[in-house]
Amino acid sequence: MSETIERVPIRVTVNGKGYQREVEPRLLLVDFLREELDLTGTHIGCDTSYCGACTVLLNEASVKSCTVFAVQADQGEVLTVEGLEQDGHLHPLQQAFADHYGLQCGYCTPGLLLSACHLLVKNPHPTEQQIRKAIAGNTCRCTGYQNILKAIQAAAQSMGK
Amino acid sequence: MYPRAFHYHRARSLEQASSLLAELGEEAKVLAGGQSLIPLMKLRLASPGHLVDLNFVPGLSYVEQNDGEIRSGALTRHAEIESSPVAQQIPILYDCASGIADVQVRNRGTLGGSLAEADPSGDWAPVLLTLSTAVRCVGPQGERTIPLSKFFLDAYTTALGPAELVSEVVVQIPPKNSGGAYLAFKRCAPVYATASVAVHLTVEDKDICKDARIALGAVGLTAIRAQQAEAALRGQAFTKKSIDAAAEAAHAAAEPQSDMRGSAEYKRGLVGALVKRAIEIALRRSRGERVEVSHIYV
Repeated sequence: MSETIERVPIRVTVNGKGYQREVEPRLLLVDFLREELDLTGTHIGCDTSYCGACTVLLNEASVKSCTVFAVQADQGEVLTVEGLEQDGHLHPLQQAFADHYGLQCGYCTPGLLLSACHLLVKNPHPTEQQIRKAIAGNTCRCTGYQNILKAIQAAAQSMGK
Repeated sequence: MYPRAFHYHRARSLEQASSLLAELGEEAKVLAGGQSLIPLMKLRLASPGHLVDLNFVPGLSYVEQNDGEIRSGALTRHAEIESSPVAQQIPILYDCASGIADVQVRNRGTLGGSLAEADPSGDWAPVLLTLSTAVRCVGPQGERTIPLSKFFLDAYTTALGPAELVSEVVVQIPPKNSGGAYLAFKRCAPVYATASVAVHLTVEDKDICKDARIALGAVGLTAIRAQQAEAALRGQAFTKKSIDAAAEAAHAAAEPQSDMRGSAEYKRGLVGALVKRAIEIALRRSRGERVEVSHIYV
């Protein structure tokens, strides 16, 4: 027996573009992005709020989008990895990850880029320790993190110029 | 992974949230930051039929200082406390706020939610038990204030009534010549601590301990005030002997269970070591020294 669950109208701005949808309350933000909006750059990793692959910015704060319901993003602004590139130019963080081999398989990369983006907005000149703390919620199983650190340091430098 | 389908209710005020809870009964849960509730729902360890969302209630997120106390709204995110100049005056608050899980969880998780969930491994309970803290609540009978020492009844169980919600957390600013430290020992950032210790000391002239509060986290069904450990310090000079006696008493006060984070005996040992370390840091801070500590990863 199934009861009827009312869908909830939401209005969300994603990467600068407005969307209106009616969603089931249990729809997770990550699936809203991937399935409803076809923005598949945001990845689902552990699905238990551990690995950070699904990290996006919601109202300028990094969140694990597998642990936020889409209804909670109503009236909000979301930034995903697809929104980092501007006018055909990679974001300095994306360029730095490429230049410094800050990825291998790339699965964790969208989440790491958004965590790093959140850090550099709040703190444009982080120390290595601050970078380590800022990405503690993002798991990478390929790189050993060294090149990710180098990439974020390089991006901070190039953005500070 | 998906939770059971649920009905969604967006509260516009705490009073409205409380009436909704009263009306919907046991099938309803409150959604604050959701950093514990949503994973629990996805794993179907909790399957509420209704969620009452507090995230759209205005004016519940703030850290303010007034008349010797710091007042924080129930929906204040850990990250807001971490970056609040008001909370940073009390280093133990900063230790806690800046180390809970990881950045993403701190951006969502709330102070009120952490207390109301009463997870035995929650970070705020031991920290706030070492300060004079009161929890302001709103329910069908109106407002009331519960001292934090009477707030936690058991694991995941508080003194809140079924339709009652935390509205504000009030912390008395500790006196001068006092200092505290919170140390949580954990495997990696996103997980709960294996054991944690909060210490707050008030120090008289010549390094005599005027008052001590020591609370332990993740080693019992609720956070534990280690009163024998406090007594071992009170009125004493901070010597190796008194600090060892406090650590031994805290070791005895812990009631850990063996689990995937460690054996009971290992956790007891950890508590003793963390108490010693926290006392030393709290003492240095009581002299005005700046010491940066936070959660420790193995």
